[in-house]
Amino acid sequence: MRRITIWLLSTVAALVLLFSYKTSTMGVGGGTSAIAAGGDTTSAGSADDAGSAAGGTTEGSSTGSGTSSGSGRYDGSVAQTRWGPVQVRITTSGGKITDVSVLQVPDGNHRDQEINDYAVPILRQEAMAAQSAEIDTVSGATVTSDGYRESLQAAIDAAHLK
Amino acid sequence: MNPALEQDRRAWVVQVMGLPVSVHLRGPDVHTDAVAARVEGLFAELRAVDATFSTYRPESEIGRLAGRMPDLATASDPVREVVRLCETARTRTGGRFDARRLPLPSGGAGFDPSGLVKGWAVQRAARWLADLPEHDLCLNAGGDVLLRTGPGRPAWRVGIEDPDRPGRLLDVLEQRDGAVATSGTARRGPHILDPRTGRPATTLRSVTVVGPELLWADVYATAAVAAGPWALDWLAGLDGYPALLVDAAGRVRATPNWPGTRPAAQTRAG
Repeated sequence: MRRITIWLLSTVAALVLLFSYKTSTMGVGGGTSAIAAGGDTTSAGSADDAGSAAGGTTEGSSTGSGTSSGSGRYDGSVAQTRWGPVQVRITTSGGKITDVSVLQVPDGNHRDQEINDYAVPILRQEAMAAQSAEIDTVSGATVTSDGYRESLQAAIDAAHLK
Repeated sequence: MNPALEQDRRAWVVQVMGLPVSVHLRGPDVHTDAVAARVEGLFAELRAVDATFSTYRPESEIGRLAGRMPDLATASDPVREVVRLCETARTRTGGRFDARRLPLPSGGAGFDPSGLVKGWAVQRAARWLADLPEHDLCLNAGGDVLLRTGPGRPAWRVGIEDPDRPGRLLDVLEQRDGAVATSGTARRGPHILDPRTGRPATTLRSVTVVGPELLWADVYATAAVAAGPWALDWLAGLDGYPALLVDAAGRVRATPNWPGTRPAAQTRAG
C-alpha cells in the first residue's frame, strides 16, 4: 500500500493547488496557499499567504479500512488553505486507486460545488496517470538539499522510510 | 500489484555533498542491523569524499588549492585518481567536460572536479552494498541514479522528470543495472559552461544518459548540455550510453537505442 500513500500525498497537494488555481483565475486571491511534499503540480505555489505553514503537510494517515489485499479507503489529513480546510479520500481496490472523493471543503461561496465540478475530475485523472507509472525513483536535473522537500523523489522516499 | 510479490523494501535518505542521497534496498534482510551498518558505511564514505573534495570548504584538500591543479606528487590517492579521471573525461568528451577552468565559489576560475566527483564517489561508495545476495539496490544522488538487481528479480522503474514541469515524467525506464544520470538547467539555472566559449550553455534544458557506469553517464550528460546544438549527434556516437534530450523550446529527442518509449530522432550517426 505504500505506493498508494505516495499518490495520496501528491493528490492532496494537487487538489489544494487546483483549488487555489481555480480561485485565482476568478480574481479572488493571489498566490496559492500550500505545497505538500511530493506535490505533483505544474504551478509552484508562492508561500506568501496565510496558511502556507500549515497547508498541505500530509502524512497520508490511513484511517480507513486498508487491508493487506490493497483494498480500502484512505483519508488524507486535513490541508489548511486560506479558504478553509480541505480533505480528500482515496478508495482502493486490489492495490489500485479506484476513486478520489472530497470529504471536506470550505463552505460558502459555492466553493464546494466548484471543487466537485472542476477540481475533482482533474485530480482523479492525475492520480490515475501517476499511479499507472508506478515508479521507484526519479532522474532529473540535480536536486539540491533545498529543493528536495517538494520533489517527487521525496514522496517516494517518505513512503519507504522507517 | 500482487501482494505476494511485494518484497521488503527500505529507504534511507541523508543530505551529503549538498545533495539528498537516498538508498533503497529490496530483499529479505533490509531491516537487519547488518544491512543498516553497511548503508551507514556508504554515507560515511560520501561524507569523507566531501571533506576531501568540496570547493565550498576552504580546509578541504581541493579547497586549500583555491583553483590550482593538485600536485600529483603530493596529492592523496583519491585526489590523484580524480585528477586522472578528469583528464580522461576531457579527452572522451572532446573538451566539453573540462574541470580546469571553472568558476569557483570564492570567485575567479580554476580547477573544480565537482562535476565528476559526485558520480565517481557514489559509484565507489556503492561497493558497501555490493555483496548482498538477494538484495537489489536503487541509489539516487540528487537525481542521478545507480541500480543493481539480482537475477530473476524485477527491474526498477525509473521516471525521467520533465524539466519544465517538476513532478511530471517524460518517460519511464525499466532498468536492472547501471546508471541513469540527468544534467540540466531545471533546478539550478544555467550553471554548466561551454568550455570553448566560457559562457553558460542554454540550448538544452536537460539531458538524460543511461549506461553501465554512473561516473560516465553523469559526465556525458553534463558534457552534452555544454555541447548544446551538437549534443544529439555527439551522444548518438557514444557506444552504450543512449540519451534523451529536452531543448529550450521543449522539444524532446532520443538517440537510437533509447530504452524508454520515446522514439529515436534522426541523427547523423543513425
